[in-house]
Amino acid sequence: MKKILEKEHRTLLTGAEAAAHTMRQLRPEVVPVYPITPQTPIIETFAQFVADGFVDTEIINVESEHSAMSAAVGASCGGARVLTATSSQGLALMLEICYIASAMRCPIGMAVGSRALSGPINIHCDHSDSMMARDAGWVQIFCENAQEAYDLSIVGQKLAEDQRVLLPVMTIQDGFTITHSAEPVALLPDEAVTEFVGEYRALYPLLDTEHPTTQGPFALPDYYFELKRQQVDAMENVYAVWGELQEEFAKLSGRRYRGLFEAYKLDDAEYIYIVLGATAGTAKVAIDRLRRQRKRVGLLKPWLFRPFPTEEIAQALQGCKAVAILDRALSLGSWGPLYSEISAALNTVSARPLLYNYIYGLGGRDIRPDQLMSVLKDLEGESDANVQRFIGLRE
Amino acid sequence: MPNTKALASYEEREKRFTGAHALCAGCGTPIAVRAVLNAIEEPVVVVTATGCLEVATTRYPTTAWNVPWLHVAFENAAAVASGVESAYRVLRRRGKISKEIRFVAFAGDGGTYDIGLQALSGALERGHRFLYVCCDNEAYMNTGNQRSGATPFAAQTSTAPVGQESFGKIQRRKDLTEIVVAHRIPFVAQASIGDWYDLANKVRKAISTDGPSFINVMSSCPRGWGHDANQTVKITRLALETCFWPLFEVEDGRWSLNYVPEERLPIEIWLRPQKRFAHLFEPQEKTELLREIQKQVDRDWERLLQRCEVSACASV
Ligand SMILES: Cc1ncc(C[n+]2csc(CCOP(=O)(O)OP(=O)(O)O)c2C)c(N)n1
Ligand code: SF4
Ligand SMILES: [Mg+2]
Repeated sequence: MKKILEKEHRTLLTGAEAAAHTMRQLRPEVVPVYPITPQTPIIETFAQFVADGFVDTEIINVESEHSAMSAAVGASCGGARVLTATSSQGLALMLEICYIASAMRCPIGMAVGSRALSGPINIHCDHSDSMMARDAGWVQIFCENAQEAYDLSIVGQKLAEDQRVLLPVMTIQDGFTITHSAEPVALLPDEAVTEFVGEYRALYPLLDTEHPTTQGPFALPDYYFELKRQQVDAMENVYAVWGELQEEFAKLSGRRYRGLFEAYKLDDAEYIYIVLGATAGTAKVAIDRLRRQRKRVGLLKPWLFRPFPTEEIAQALQGCKAVAILDRALSLGSWGPLYSEISAALNTVSARPLLYNYIYGLGGRDIRPDQLMSVLKDLEGESDANVQRFIGLRE
Repeated sequence: MPNTKALASYEEREKRFTGAHALCAGCGTPIAVRAVLNAIEEPVVVVTATGCLEVATTRYPTTAWNVPWLHVAFENAAAVASGVESAYRVLRRRGKISKEIRFVAFAGDGGTYDIGLQALSGALERGHRFLYVCCDNEAYMNTGNQRSGATPFAAQTSTAPVGQESFGKIQRRKDLTEIVVAHRIPFVAQASIGDWYDLANKVRKAISTDGPSFINVMSSCPRGWGHDANQTVKITRLALETCFWPLFEVEDGRWSLNYVPEERLPIEIWLRPQKRFAHLFEPQEKTELLREIQKQVDRDWERLLQRCEVSACASV
């Protein structure tokens, strides 16, 4: 097999290209895919890698995302390392099988280029797609930029395949903002990634005809509940394994993802912003500007949304005055999904800060640093807490 | 063609599908499954769609299967099989598996004609090497006999009931076998649990084909069709004798008939013993409908004969 990267390489890549490089370096056996904007450049770039002989993966150009996830489960049960990618409607179409993938403990890796769900149909970023899938039993990792998309999908695959976890993992990058924007990305040598993740060895491969297994049976009320409980335990194990792997990855790459979220200027912060994905970059600009105005503000950016870092976040928020929780998705009839998580996390905390919920950026609506900065006035007491507000919306 | 001795030896060789299941007495599906698996000599991996077969054979923590078996959902047996087969090809290429393995997907008519048609079409078009067997019992039996795209015209089902304003299903069944033929895969056949030799023979051909193959097997459901459990094989045989369900195969585009009844029986003979058609005979005979059904059967049979003749002429 030809190699392209013998040593560490810094280059200009889009998030989609970075994700495709991860796929190439993970040397998956099977990649079933179906195109959808903004995921397409991921699978096109990867298809070219295969066409050029850089990796000998079997790409299955399926006829729908439903079949993509179905084939992924089939191949994974067979004993293969399986990766795929999708967005929005594609994820919606997969969803039935996403639940089955996690229940069957298939460590499938999936790159998600976030895109708003129809309707109306739209191709731009929000998190309605991944939030729809939050209960499907997948580990969900949100990335701020192309470098994170690259790094965390490598760590994510090792996490997925860890025997204590064995769960599918979604690595989520914002559509267009990340998937289609070029930034400098440091790629690891191929060999280093191969060694870091190791070979995938299924515990009970279906293709072992000498030890036949029945997989995907019918479980009635006498067993279903216990089988679900095993998934709960597996999710619970993610926290610790994530920590171990980040230590290992830091040694390998020099890049350290310490903890389950990024804490940006949190130490002395009285007012804290919480946001997922690329908007964290914008929020950092806002925080820096506010800091220059001597405002004690900070940013908490969860990498993990599933499992949700409940305890760690509660600790980080405890004692601060107010928190702005920015949701790029709705849960119609309730709070934004991130707000609900945070609110629940704070139940154990005695010094509970005031919570503010902001919905922003739906269907790709832009968000600017000044808009984020103006939120601070609410937090400082100008407006009531526990009200859902919208940023950048024409009323 | 396998002889009786060969068929018996298949059954002796390995119990791939055991009796440890909860399918109803007289169900046609296990007859089809056993016949198919016994006719394959190589190690085999089975994928099954949701339906009676899956539900009744794998009640956790028990199983009726002695071969690797995988179920994922209702509409995706062909897609799941594509994944398993692709994994096999790469793992072989990478030297992690050395054995020859064959792949069989089983699904009902609902999982094939209707909700799984897209996945089937995609998998056939992509050319995965696997045998897809549709166990066609002409309705959604696992959920209690609702009509499917395979339910025959005028049959009564729970979602196409008979009443003042209705004589059961008002549409004709679709010709799935012909739809599959249109995919130009190497081997397509129609078979029946009423002719085990023929079925085994077709399975042997299908499994040795380097590409996708498809067999549509008629297998009666005594509960849904409404006949005694000991009549299963007899009723499916009557479908052959009346030419309602002809046995044929299409090998690389060449059609051939596998069975021509010496004396074609009228369709009534097949309909009458089944309760799902009882309203065609009681309280009084619906002659119009019966004539219509006979006409449909005649037309389809003629068409099939023509196809096979054209193929026969072309190959002379
Ligand atoms: C997406 C989805 N829709 C509906 C069902 C409910 N369902 C399960 S089996 C079945 C019918 C199966 O019919 P068929 O494929 O003909 O198999 P049979 O049981 O008749 O052998 C239905 C409707 C389901 N499991 N999944
Ligand atoms: S309902 Fe019909 S198809 Fe299902 S197990 Fe019983 S006889 Fe077989
Ligand atoms: Mg059926």
